[in-house]
Amino acid sequence: MSRRAHRCLRRARPPAGGAEKERVVQRDAGGTTISLRVNGTHHNLRLEPRVSLLDALREGLGLTGTKKGCNQGACGACTVLVDGRRINACLALAVMYQDREITTVEGLAQDGELHPLQAAFIERDGFQCGYCTPGQLLSAVGMMEEFRNGMPSAVSEDVTAGPAELSPSEIRERMSGNLCRCGAYNGIVEAVRQTFDGEAAW
Amino acid sequence: MKDFAYARADNAAAAIDLVSRTPGAKYLGGGTNLVDLMREGIERPDALVDVTHLSHRIEELDGGGIRIGAAAKNAEVANHRLVRERFPFLSQAIVFGASAQIRNAATVGGNLMQRTRCYYFYDDAAGCNKRRPGTGCDAIGGFNRMHAVLGTSEHCIATHPSDMCVALAASDAVVHTEGSEGPRQVPVVDFHRLPGDTPQVDTNLRPGELITAVELPALPLARRSVYRKVRDRSSYAFALVSVAAALKVEDDNAEDVRLALGGVAHKPWRAYEAEGILRGAEATEDTFERAAEAELRNAKGFAHNAFKIELARRTIVSVLQHLASNGRAR
Repeated sequence: MSRRAHRCLRRARPPAGGAEKERVVQRDAGGTTISLRVNGTHHNLRLEPRVSLLDALREGLGLTGTKKGCNQGACGACTVLVDGRRINACLALAVMYQDREITTVEGLAQDGELHPLQAAFIERDGFQCGYCTPGQLLSAVGMMEEFRNGMPSAVSEDVTAGPAELSPSEIRERMSGNLCRCGAYNGIVEAVRQTFDGEAAW
Repeated sequence: MKDFAYARADNAAAAIDLVSRTPGAKYLGGGTNLVDLMREGIERPDALVDVTHLSHRIEELDGGGIRIGAAAKNAEVANHRLVRERFPFLSQAIVFGASAQIRNAATVGGNLMQRTRCYYFYDDAAGCNKRRPGTGCDAIGGFNRMHAVLGTSEHCIATHPSDMCVALAASDAVVHTEGSEGPRQVPVVDFHRLPGDTPQVDTNLRPGELITAVELPALPLARRSVYRKVRDRSSYAFALVSVAAALKVEDDNAEDVRLALGGVAHKPWRAYEAEGILRGAEATEDTFERAAEAELRNAKGFAHNAFKIELARRTIVSVLQHLASNGRAR
């Protein structure tokens, strides 16, 4: 997080008790109170309009699973789901995403059980350093929903008909907004395919 | 990033009113380009009026056209049944652009308004007449591999980065706007400008005007259309050259055609010259060559981008051949 962002958004002590977590950001002047719904929990947050959704999640709510890579929409490390659709949290202003359903990597596992895709990433070596992994996971979950809805891709044979099957080349194209500097792409593609195709090998 | 005021508009009239009476205010779509430019200090608005909650409806018009609300996400347009069936090259152009994450956030209105990706425009230390008029164009004598070869001026050789707009230009699409002086309809081909001696002005939008919709008039020949993008890597990169084309061949003749180029000019480049040669002529490789050469006759290369002229010629010919041999969008 940059020094500038620190000035914009400071995390305050959480209040005692209550299902609704209030985190007040101390500011010299200005700022606005917004409400964000993240992984099923409602949060009130005081911040300036210039605070990105990424900084609000990490610095405002302490949800540091979402990572900051390039901070310019090129690497995909900050990918989150908004109402089930994947976006780059670094290019989103938090104030624009009030009362939408935001899902971060912290919300993928349910009741202590890893999401099947998380388990597949471990099984298939879908990472080395792990920094891009939260973004890869959320991106793949969003990608699968797009695929189910018939979204064509740049490698689809016929956009009129839509994609036929989730081939490795379709996965690679659809996941091209997520970079992995360790180069774990083969494992990522295998993990995605295994999870969503129900096929262990191909 | 400089601080700014934020307001969300519930309807077009309120948005226009807010922007027109707030000094330094801009409309905010998905933010995928504007937020980045603000972080770099290239754009420094005092206020943003969020228009992402305005109309994003995609609807069929009488006669077979389509109207797309300006707040529609790029991804929604690409995956809409009517767009995929009737304007497959528009669907293709969108999925060839950016990443899925960006296409899910970016709006149609914002795509039209996106600014050049010229490195010198992004670099505050460089001379750039688009960013700061009168400071010169460092791209002309600098590294200009991604830059324009058509319609350039001595003041700017930037390209328009959009893929979507290239397909819109080929489709005879019309931008619907609203402003304090009432509604207007501006063909996409007239919406963006060539740089001339005022490269700081990207479009013919008037101050405070809001894009409300894009209309695609019925164009039956677009059912067989193709968008082909040539880039440095096979995914998630800006175009070196792109071609949007629709072709109707009847009895071996090119009965009708639409052709536009991307990555080569300050605006999506509608290839009228080539279309004039193609229309009514025999649909052969020789005709396609002549058409491409005529379109590129006045192209001008710089130190690192002269290859684009030959690349554009070959891509035009290849796409037309593909369409003539019963090709369809792929």
